[in-house]
Amino acid sequence: MSARLEGELLEVSMGPQHPSTHGVFRMNVALDGEIVVKLKPVFGYLHRNHEQIGERTSYLGTMPYTDRLDYFNSMSNNWGYALAVEKLAGVEVPERAQYLRVILAELSRLQNHASLLGFLLSDMGAWGTPLMYAFREREKVLDLFESLAGSRMMCDYMRFGGCRVDADAAWMERAKKIVYDFPRFLDEFEELILENEIVIARTQHVGRVSAELAISAGITGPMLRASGVNYDLRKVDGYGFYPRFKFRIPLGEHGDTYDRLMMRVLEMRESIDILKQAFEAITPGPITNPKVKVRGFRPPAGECYGRIEGPKGELGFYLISDGTGTPYRYHVRAPSFINLTILEDMCLGHTVADVMVILGSIDIVMGEVDR
Amino acid sequence: MSEGVDEGLRSELQKQGVWVTSMQELYNWGRKNSIWPLQFGLACCAIEMIATAASRYDLARFGGEVFRPSPRQADLMIVAGTVTKKMAPQVVRLYNQMPDPKYVIAMGACAISGGPFKQGYNVLKGIDRYIPVDVYIPGCPPRPEALLHAFMELQRKIDEQKLTGAGKAEFLKPQQPSEFPVPAFGAHDLQPPSNPDVFRPPHLERA
Repeated sequence: MSARLEGELLEVSMGPQHPSTHGVFRMNVALDGEIVVKLKPVFGYLHRNHEQIGERTSYLGTMPYTDRLDYFNSMSNNWGYALAVEKLAGVEVPERAQYLRVILAELSRLQNHASLLGFLLSDMGAWGTPLMYAFREREKVLDLFESLAGSRMMCDYMRFGGCRVDADAAWMERAKKIVYDFPRFLDEFEELILENEIVIARTQHVGRVSAELAISAGITGPMLRASGVNYDLRKVDGYGFYPRFKFRIPLGEHGDTYDRLMMRVLEMRESIDILKQAFEAITPGPITNPKVKVRGFRPPAGECYGRIEGPKGELGFYLISDGTGTPYRYHVRAPSFINLTILEDMCLGHTVADVMVILGSIDIVMGEVDR
Repeated sequence: MSEGVDEGLRSELQKQGVWVTSMQELYNWGRKNSIWPLQFGLACCAIEMIATAASRYDLARFGGEVFRPSPRQADLMIVAGTVTKKMAPQVVRLYNQMPDPKYVIAMGACAISGGPFKQGYNVLKGIDRYIPVDVYIPGCPPRPEALLHAFMELQRKIDEQKLTGAGKAEFLKPQQPSEFPVPAFGAHDLQPPSNPDVFRPPHLERA
């Protein structure tokens, strides 16, 4: 008896108000019983006209708006934008500022990945507790940001040709202490969560992405590396002072949700290594380039694309300058948006409960997806 | 505070081990210490809202940690983030689905007025054009302490609401129209689409 009951598909609209959609994201899912047979993402609930505003304000005026793109990592966003503008105008960055940028970008990677783990485990049903542990660590990093830049989340820290304020010795000591203590949290977390039977059952062989699909869809960041593709802009481009540091690129094997989860944990360990080296290497010196007039910045006419390895993937800023004080065209290549494009391919054939876990493992932020 | 109970008599009785209170005081005390917010985040401020509920700031100290994903179970809507024109009907719909008495906190510059994105073509210039707001918190994003402060202000407001008499709370008078009509989610969009009493676009004379 292999007769199969055929019925109508059930269409479910998940979101925009849904506890696990990481913001205002909506999916129109067609279900055959519990199994997803079609998934259509609906964007635009947080479209805040980032690019249009960027084309109307000055070059410096866009800097605080980049904080609000991916609001977990304002430091990395600042760096990406500053890098693009510096490339456009051919601006040199002093040594200490380069080290500060590396330190702050890696700190923001730490807190991003830590909170991602908390959210992902919340999506799996470990409601609350892992998130509390993750946010305990995140608050420590946010304290550092606050005492340096004056704001917990929206740091607005980088400037063209340097950084806004210098970090004093006391700050460095505090940062060192937090970074050296961070592996304790990781050990605790791994012991608590990553060998848990339920986590393994919910994540292994769920939402597999092959390396071919990941490359052809333009996936970047931890999601690409979870599929086993060795591509990290910190190594490929060697922007900033990254070539001076010794670190490894963790790679996944299966491209499933478990690999993506583990990728974040391993990357945090590598970030800690980079931070330890940076604390040793940083020397006193100027943090701004005196030749750059940051206010009223006018780069020469031309175009450029500056990109960094953000915690979520390749974050790129494309600028066309016509020689005036405002960019002629300003575009953001948002990693979460492009990583989200293969959501349907990942979810087909899985249950609707797995959709939330797969979505959580992509690590999206709607501020960046919709811009 | 306690309507109808004499303060002198009350303290005298308390010395004897008798605690006297009014129904209103007891009712408001219970309500203000068990506010269930709607688990609903829009943008950056939502992360600070989560931080408020998480380990360090711990909203549970004020009885507000029970974030409900369903509007049917929520007392408080924290509008945390930029409301776009695409999202505004959903926000109003969620508000309409909440049972009375319901309260709204507009968290952050975007929810109050559009904030840094005010010049954008797709951004609503303040959620108070559609739903009545009880507490506004400025900031971009407001610190968790600011949200706690707003929460305490809301508790104070709830504590002062009267259950009887002429000045009784709005939600106890179902016949009385509200401050301004809260739109409903119509066939295509919000009905009415705007509240002229709340916002009238400035008349521009162009030369």
